Amino acid sequence: MSKTRRDFLKLAGACACTVAASQLVGANAHAASAGHGPAVPQPGNQHEHALHGTHWGMVIDTKRFTDPLLVQKCVDACHLTHNVPKIDGPQELKWIWPANYLETFTEHNHYLPDSVEQRSFLLLCNHCENPPCVRVCPTKATFKRGWDGIVQMDMHRCIGCRFCMAACPYGARSFNFHNPRPYIDEAKMNPAYPTRMRGVVEKCTFCVERLAQGLMPACVEASDGAILFGDLDDPASTVRKALASKFTVRRKVSLGTEPSVYYII
Amino acid sequence: MYNAKYIMPGLVIFLGLITFPLWFNVLSCTRYEAPQLALPEDQQECIIDAKVMRAEHMTLLNDWRDKYVRDGEITFTAANGKIYDMSLMNTCMSCHTNKEQFCDSCHTKNSVYPYCWECHIAPRGNQ
Ligand code: SF4
Ligand code: SF4
Repeated sequence: MSKTRRDFLKLAGACACTVAASQLVGANAHAASAGHGPAVPQPGNQHEHALHGTHWGMVIDTKRFTDPLLVQKCVDACHLTHNVPKIDGPQELKWIWPANYLETFTEHNHYLPDSVEQRSFLLLCNHCENPPCVRVCPTKATFKRGWDGIVQMDMHRCIGCRFCMAACPYGARSFNFHNPRPYIDEAKMNPAYPTRMRGVVEKCTFCVERLAQGLMPACVEASDGAILFGDLDDPASTVRKALASKFTVRRKVSLGTEPSVYYII
Repeated sequence: MYNAKYIMPGLVIFLGLITFPLWFNVLSCTRYEAPQLALPEDQQECIIDAKVMRAEHMTLLNDWRDKYVRDGEITFTAANGKIYDMSLMNTCMSCHTNKEQFCDSCHTKNSVYPYCWECHIAPRGNQ
């Protein structure tokens, strides 16, 4: 069978038309299924008892933290749950830690009452709505969960470049300069949660692993009600009620990162 | 052929050398023997058929880690409808409590050194 050039061109034209037509149909179907506006990402299969929220937030009642033991209890609860190694000095690792007023807020007034200036403020990752750490991470190891606003870390992907540490205006991130294992008390190690390895950055995760099991974050549980946690998008949540009835501030709002952690002063 | 009396013996020696592992294995009759694994005594079934697991567990674990960490997917439904948490430490290792005689015996024999355990904690009491 011999094909003329004419036959070949006809065939090629017909093929091109079919491809173009099928693409048009496909594109239309896609546009129809997407609906209006960008799709909100949804988490995968969950337990029924998991806690759900679309924007997790925290309200810390700083007036309640007059007892240094309560502060320590919250810090320990977090650090023991997540196997955070104990290293002193500039290479220390911390997910949540106490600081005084001057270290916490950049807006300073003269002659503050001592009770405020000397108060312990618990600091942690603010799970910013507009997180600079996520913007700079070259591997997307740090990312924002589209469905509940938590700024999460994928330790498998972190290359330890520490861009995120430079970007975070709150010092919420710590770097593992060493293998952390020798600095974790073997007897107190939580066998249900991994440690980290040398060369990765770590920070508070708002206890994603506990929320998935229907539990409140470890520090919230340890705080005897001094730390509230809930969905900022839900007007009936404990955090929203606290925000509506008490005066609160966030850290360094002028930077536009939109922290999700609020402090009752 | 140009210089055949040098090239041919050279070629034969060369071929002999690079096929050394093949004929050495055949001649010395060494056979690969699958290591004996310590299997959980109180469990009847794995989350997936053991045969599939043997071949595919690394892909499964990779898949789990992406789903769990990045997509917030927590549960895995087995073919028989049973629901498991997607967790190496809390699901796999809660049955396979002997890492040394389960994971390691195969991995070491096959010169595979996965770095799971630099972060994930091996089950206690069996180390
Ligand atoms: S507090 Fe720092 S680490 Fe946490 S989300 Fe904001 S910028 Fe990122
Ligand atoms: S240190 Fe890790 S998380 Fe931070 S920016 Fe680099 S890769 Fe991302």
